[in-house]
Amino acid sequence: MDNEAITTLVKKYFPEEIVNSSVFRNELTLQVKKESVVEVARFLKENKDMDFDFLSDLCGVDRVEHDGVFEVVYHLYSIHKNHRLRLKTRLPSDNPCVSTVTTVWKTADWHERETFDMFGVRFDGHPDLRKILTPDDFEGHPLRKDYPLDGRQPATLRGVYRKDEP
Amino acid sequence: MGLESHLGDTVLTTTLNAMINWARKSSLWPMPFGLACCAIEMMASVAPRFDLARFGAEVFRFSPRQSDLMIVAGTLTYKMAPVAKKIYEQMPEPKWVIAMGACAISGGVFNTYSVVQGIDEILPVDVYLPGCPPRPEALIHAIMEIQKKIEKESVRA
Repeated sequence: MDNEAITTLVKKYFPEEIVNSSVFRNELTLQVKKESVVEVARFLKENKDMDFDFLSDLCGVDRVEHDGVFEVVYHLYSIHKNHRLRLKTRLPSDNPCVSTVTTVWKTADWHERETFDMFGVRFDGHPDLRKILTPDDFEGHPLRKDYPLDGRQPATLRGVYRKDEP
Repeated sequence: MGLESHLGDTVLTTTLNAMINWARKSSLWPMPFGLACCAIEMMASVAPRFDLARFGAEVFRFSPRQSDLMIVAGTLTYKMAPVAKKIYEQMPEPKWVIAMGACAISGGVFNTYSVVQGIDEILPVDVYLPGCPPRPEALIHAIMEIQKKIEKESVRA
């Protein structure tokens, strides 16, 4: 399906939930309300014409400075239909929280853990929402814009730091 | 004069230091700690074109228990640092460390929250080898510098 057909079909089923749609360089982006992410995701995967069976990426964007929100972006691909779709949702920065899509695509598990680790976005219903990249006792979320670029935490080296040696 | 005059030219005499240091420097067994693109150059150093065997250091051991030269080749992150330290501690004495490449020396271009700004924050480094990445000839030169350092050491503690 081409971008227009996808947009028309999704909007037919979700007239309220789709807030915005745009096409840039032939890439379709749909913005969806955060309450409806799982519902829309399940439709996109299970509808025969959509058939988005592959969540190729899930990540976060820090838009706090300009819009006061964190974005979560879902990159979808259909292996059989060979078409793509980008889904975005916006979460208020004081409580960035959205339902997990691990119930739709299992691969979302580690992607959501990474987004949690890097941006502090919480995913309700995630089976195991632990840090995945930073050391266990690392504090903060390093891809947030308010985290300093060189905000190293030598304390996470737990005793291997030579400058602690006598 | 001395012992040689009685034994003729059938025996060589030397000091224990000289002999042990000669043995150590001529059979360095590196522990390859490859973390990034520097590791590719390290692999090339062992391959036939550059042939690290000419300097007695071609026996890369992936067990720290059998190694005496740690080559840290690449970007060391905070998450990896405890592992590097543990591997180093598992190597038997005497042991030496080469910091290979800009990242291992100083963090390189990665002045970020996740990268250790030089492995000398956690390990005692013997030779700093600059480059991004250094060519195999440069690594061979670093190993020759280690050999020079070994020559000057004493078996006495």
